Amino acid sequence: MNMQSIGRPTRPQTASTDVSAEHAQGLLQTEPLIFELGGWDKTGVDLPEPERGAADDLGDLIRAAPIALPGLSEPETLRHYVRLSQKNHAIDLALYPLGSCTMKHNPRLNEKMARLPGFGDIHPLQPQSTVQGALELMDGVAHWLKTLTGMPAVALPPKAGAHGELCGLLAIRAAHEARGDARKRVLTPTSAHGTNPATAAFVGYEVTEIAQGPDGRVDLEDLAAKLGPDVAALMLTNPNTCGLFERDVLEIARLTHQAGAYFYCDGANFNAIVGKVRPGDLGVDAMHINLHKTFSTPHGGGGPGAGPVVLSEALAPFAPQPWVVKDEDGWRLEEHARGEAERGFGRLSAFHGQMGMFVRAYAYMLSHGSDGLRQVAEDAVLNANYIKARLGDLMSPAFPDGPCMHEALFSDAWLEGTGVTTLDFAKSMIDEGFHPMTMYFPLVVHGAMLIEPTETESKAELDRFCDAVRGLAEAALGAGSDVAALERFKVAPIKAPLRRLDETLAARKPRLKWSAPS
Amino acid sequence: MRYLPLTPEDRAQMLAAIGAVDIDDLFTDVPQSVRLNAPVDLPAHLGELEVERQLSALAGKNRPAGAGPFFCGAGAYRHHVPASVDHIIQRSEFLTSYTPYQPEIAQGTLQALFEFQTQVAALTGMETANASLYDGSTACGEAVLMAARITRRSQAVLSGGLHPHYAAAIQTLARGPGIAVQRLAPAVDAEAAVIGAIGADTACVVVQTPNVFGQATDVSAIAEACRANGALLIVAVTEVVSLGLLKSPGEMGADIVAAEGQSLGNGLNFGGPYVGLFAAREKHLRQMPGRLCGETVDAEGRRGFVLTLSTREQHIRREKATSNICTNSGLCALAFTVHMSLLGEAGLRRLALLNHQVARKLKAALASVPGVQIPTTRFFNEFAVRLPTPAAAVVETLARRGILAGVPYSRLEPDAGLDDLLLVAATETTCDSDIDAFAKALKEVLA
Repeated sequence: MNMQSIGRPTRPQTASTDVSAEHAQGLLQTEPLIFELGGWDKTGVDLPEPERGAADDLGDLIRAAPIALPGLSEPETLRHYVRLSQKNHAIDLALYPLGSCTMKHNPRLNEKMARLPGFGDIHPLQPQSTVQGALELMDGVAHWLKTLTGMPAVALPPKAGAHGELCGLLAIRAAHEARGDARKRVLTPTSAHGTNPATAAFVGYEVTEIAQGPDGRVDLEDLAAKLGPDVAALMLTNPNTCGLFERDVLEIARLTHQAGAYFYCDGANFNAIVGKVRPGDLGVDAMHINLHKTFSTPHGGGGPGAGPVVLSEALAPFAPQPWVVKDEDGWRLEEHARGEAERGFGRLSAFHGQMGMFVRAYAYMLSHGSDGLRQVAEDAVLNANYIKARLGDLMSPAFPDGPCMHEALFSDAWLEGTGVTTLDFAKSMIDEGFHPMTMYFPLVVHGAMLIEPTETESKAELDRFCDAVRGLAEAALGAGSDVAALERFKVAPIKAPLRRLDETLAARKPRLKWSAPS
Repeated sequence: MRYLPLTPEDRAQMLAAIGAVDIDDLFTDVPQSVRLNAPVDLPAHLGELEVERQLSALAGKNRPAGAGPFFCGAGAYRHHVPASVDHIIQRSEFLTSYTPYQPEIAQGTLQALFEFQTQVAALTGMETANASLYDGSTACGEAVLMAARITRRSQAVLSGGLHPHYAAAIQTLARGPGIAVQRLAPAVDAEAAVIGAIGADTACVVVQTPNVFGQATDVSAIAEACRANGALLIVAVTEVVSLGLLKSPGEMGADIVAAEGQSLGNGLNFGGPYVGLFAAREKHLRQMPGRLCGETVDAEGRRGFVLTLSTREQHIRREKATSNICTNSGLCALAFTVHMSLLGEAGLRRLALLNHQVARKLKAALASVPGVQIPTTRFFNEFAVRLPTPAAAVVETLARRGILAGVPYSRLEPDAGLDDLLLVAATETTCDSDIDAFAKALKEVLA
């Protein structure tokens, strides 16, 4: 191989690491950063040598100074990232009970389909006559989403749940403004996801919180009192973040509409009701659907997601561009705010949405069918209630009366006097081989522990999980009188690649990139 | 149903353990009047083979970029992605994990994000970078909002060289905080014109280099004009490979850089998912949107990484957050980082040079076609071509001949009066024979 070195930096090749051999953990070795491993003129990609003078037309636009990016050969690169991967926990390893996140199995067929050249290797701006299958697939996804939600329209562009919220609220704002009735406030329950108030503020609304009743649901009186002529929308998650169905939802919708406001539903928890009830029948005007939750597109360590928004008749004219239409020439993208599209609030991002996620979600939809999706909701709810039943005698269910939906919520009341906190308990689960549940959310329940198993867990795995949590819970309950037992929780996790990390230090002295040791 | 592990016996046992008679007992909170009693009107479940058949049929109706001569760019670029990149991002541990909120068991994702941030900062020439946003266009919108927060001013000036879809995404995001957006007229060499538009209430100026017409600009003078007026300079980059050859925005005085990272590690995917790169000066750190990964130590003093400064973020700060973003582009950022690590500086510089070299060949070939002009003078791997007839029709005609000839500017902005402009891009994937075929066909079509 003849690797020409271009603009070779003059920095030393490697830096010493501050990690010592005594911490090496068997096969889970400490892995340096790429900047400590790589060589400044090393590369794992063979490319032809550029011609002499290839950039002699660019003059002073050329980057002269070193960029300071090390490289590695392919085997070294692969080993580095595979080693890193082994420091991650994943759904493919065990039940991943993160409440509100719907960590379900990600079928590999979906990955394979998204990588077909006809989907993965097409450009967003190539002639539409050459992407008819892609547009047809987008329309297929739209059809399934509309049918499952009982809503007449859907905006596909949003790139994640929070982006969907933005889309929904911008459509709501445009609808109010079109009537010359600009409104100021958005109502959200105190239990809402943080994205709800953040999005409302992002769109320029003031946020007013509405109270939650003792049954974990919206306090209707408080809602009625806070609705008024300046309220643009109610943002409500249903099933809500306590894992409960808002049983007064029809009345909530009626009150909201009566006040001239729109009902925005946060669809993060759609997995619990897909195929069982249609949000359109509940009076919802807009709802985002996290394809990376209900429709199994992988979370990927924090994205990408996709957050299409279904819209009611009233909001449909205000959808953002682009959208798919069919005319005599075939499928077409409506990309510009002209003609009928002029009322739309504009464009959310450069292209048409998360096509890669649409392909995966569509494969998931076709695989499950209408019968399978209904079973998804039933099994998700069954699994959560099973966990609630199996743990309810030791731990304290936040809302013991009646069934939960797809997730079981516990408070920390049962830990009182033990010295063990929700954080300690959650971290101890790592030592038992499970990812911790969502903790301290929703904010309305003290020391909340929110467990969402999803439908893709077997009874055996649920039992293994419940046995482990019960064992831990018994130990925690004994910790109040046993210093050694308490210690186990305080130091947890000990069987993880790293022990508890100092988050305060990270925030106080932010080090957000590697720099060469001086 | 292959994805659902519960058997009918399991379900019966579990219902009994719960104390429910049947599954309906668990849905009693759903008002009876709206409960569906049967599956909705959609097809029933299918086996893997049948799903694969249906989707392959749909995929077969599309013309992949790799199936013949291909010259589309305008914000999305076809590069060769090494096979090992896709292998890494399909590792279960990366693919099927959540946002790394439990750092003890997410060091793989976190360390990769730390590497990503370091690479992005180095490439853009900036002091600090975040852990990714959705894409380049939304990153640009977030940059404008951030500039307005920092300067407490309420106007943004967008250059006429900014990708029209980026301008539109900015306009959408700017509506909430009420930022007045002034977009200058589109023109090939448009960047310098922003200087004249900077006023006392200008929060920021957004320029793009290379711009949507492919024109590369040294924006140092614009940076100076911004500084003199107390405005921030936001530099947008849609083709990140260009940073392997061209001066970095940081070197030229940018305050914030918003870039599309798709070119490294990520395929075209019909427009998404992509990965937004976001970098800024360190003094503005606390106004940054999105997740940040930081270095710290564990209880035994070992180096580790965590998500940090989350008091900026929605899950802590709620309506006072710097952005509403939650899920970002984690896996696409990983693909970027693996590809970047494989390339290294030497590989990236060579890749960038090759792109430029191929684009110069393309320019020479197209410039020799009678009636064709090339208004872009200094470019990286993309430039505008002025045709004697509307570009959209030419592109359609060439598509029927198997050549994807680029993006007509009118596709991005139909009413700009630039119907004769065609945006063409060439990368290391473009062969000499593709260029010859394009030039030959164009000559015939224009004859």
